Amino acid sequence: MRLTDVAQFAISSLRGSPARTLLMMLAMSIGVAAVVVLTALGEGARRYVVDQFSSLGTNLVIVLPGRTETAGIGPGLMSGQTPRDITLDDAEALLRSRSIKTVAPLTVGSATLSRGALNREVVVAGSTASLLDVRHMSIGLGKFLPPGDIHESASVCVLGSEMKRELFGNEQAVGQWVRLGDRRFRVIGVLASQGESMGMRTDELVIIPVASAHQLFNTNGLFRVLIEAKSRDTIEQARHDAEAIMLQRHSGEKDVTVITQDAVLATFDRILTALTMAVGGIAAISLAVAGVLIMNVMLIAVAQRVKEIGLLKALGAPGKQIRALFFAEAALLSGIGSVVGLILGYAGSIVIRQIYPVLPASPPWWAVLAACGTALSTGILFSVWPARRAARLDPVAALAGR
Amino acid sequence: MIELSQVSRSFTVGDQQVAALRGIDLHIAAGDYVSIMGPSGSGKSTLLNLIGLLDRPSSGTYKLDGGDVTALDDVQQARVRSEKIGFVFQAFHLVPRLTAAMNIELPMMLAGIPPEERKQRVAKLVENYGLKDRADHRPDQLSGGQRQRVAIARATSMNPAVLLADEPTGNLDQTTGKEVMHLLEALLEQNVALIMVTHDPTLGERAHRQIHMVDGQIISETGRSK
Repeated sequence: MRLTDVAQFAISSLRGSPARTLLMMLAMSIGVAAVVVLTALGEGARRYVVDQFSSLGTNLVIVLPGRTETAGIGPGLMSGQTPRDITLDDAEALLRSRSIKTVAPLTVGSATLSRGALNREVVVAGSTASLLDVRHMSIGLGKFLPPGDIHESASVCVLGSEMKRELFGNEQAVGQWVRLGDRRFRVIGVLASQGESMGMRTDELVIIPVASAHQLFNTNGLFRVLIEAKSRDTIEQARHDAEAIMLQRHSGEKDVTVITQDAVLATFDRILTALTMAVGGIAAISLAVAGVLIMNVMLIAVAQRVKEIGLLKALGAPGKQIRALFFAEAALLSGIGSVVGLILGYAGSIVIRQIYPVLPASPPWWAVLAACGTALSTGILFSVWPARRAARLDPVAALAGR
Repeated sequence: MIELSQVSRSFTVGDQQVAALRGIDLHIAAGDYVSIMGPSGSGKSTLLNLIGLLDRPSSGTYKLDGGDVTALDDVQQARVRSEKIGFVFQAFHLVPRLTAAMNIELPMMLAGIPPEERKQRVAKLVENYGLKDRADHRPDQLSGGQRQRVAIARATSMNPAVLLADEPTGNLDQTTGKEVMHLLEALLEQNVALIMVTHDPTLGERAHRQIHMVDGQIISETGRSK
């Protein structure tokens, strides 16, 4: 029997009972659509997090004070020492590495920002001109911190867009003076509105030179040193260099932690991919249920078409041909069901993207393949038994309708 | 062409062995016209099913065209059915969702004959059996006589050597029954062996050979082989 004839015969028997066919396709397509939509959601969440991370800066290596041990108590604690501060000189020394493009030291604290009668508590970031590039920030009005000596404590500040609005409203802010703690600072620029990135609202930030911040908070230690590696390939080298330089400067004591953004990102990536797969797997259960449904309905079909099967045998169809006919029917059902399910699933992800534009919900290719594969294989697998049963029917009894 | 020697067939019903056929010896040549008669339960349908390879004998041998067909496996037997045997049933057994033409095409489709050739042969059969204006109708839109004509056309589509008819007029009125018989008997001219099971004596007498069966045995045979 020719393949096209097998397909045509299967189509004719599917069309012979449209209600049954429609219901089975519906079951299959709901299963496939569920896998597609749920994995699209998971994938959307993953990409949201990844996007958030990369908005922090690219090729980022971060140096933080203190040694983070994953187990036990650090050597510093054992000997009663506190970790040494990372100083501005340490930060400058990092530039010796050829893999490091720029370095932005960062000191963070909070202080009262006031202008006339208006005052509020703000997060103050002390840094240098490089912060703008390293953190992918952009300036809205005026200028960012001027480049120059890292130790110079100029009395200038850059306001986040929200701060500017609260303090100045629609007035001109650049060139005006504000008070931060006990010092006066001249506003030289306003950041462009950026919204939230990784929980840090740059719109509500006040940025001042790092040396001024050290004076303001009476400290010498940096909160972080943000390093931008020359390229993606040199991230590992930059991390290695940073560790070596810090080790050398801190007289051989490992009292800083160097992390790469990539490592953090990869961890999140792994967690969220696993989550997406788990959700997809749960949805795939509905496909298995659809498979059982197909088996049930195919068994009924065999019972209903006993006479037809007997006739086909009398007309010279061997058992394997009858099996092939029932296989083809199941394959067609699950195949068309998957296509309809894919269309529904993609439509669903588009709707989700419309409702939550921040979530880039689109199903990953592997989930689409897995959904279709599971649908087809359960459909065919669960039709094995009905098809075998049909093929084994005794033609004499079948023709008599027994 | 058909040689049955000492063929028996028994069924297990509950814990009892029931013999449907006992020691049947039968020779049928090409172009023979044989009717098998007897009361119900005499084993005539079982005999027909055995000849049609739908059933296997419990003992004895069945030779078709000189070859022993009882030893063949499922696939080989199906092939013999497809190439050499045609069936006509009392209940027509047409596939309800397929048109008359598609029903006639079915054996050729199962045998894997190319579509162009199938089309030609179907067109010819439709013409020969006077179904030209009914070819695109489904069985439920056809009269009983038309349905049996479709069934005969289907049975002859593969040019079989043997045509087995089980009460072919049982569901038809007398006039259409006669018409159907004429169509079947016309096949004898093509040297087809026609074997018919019936319990209608007037119908049985039309055959050149009449076999009477009781309790799974041939009790008398009248007429003679061609």
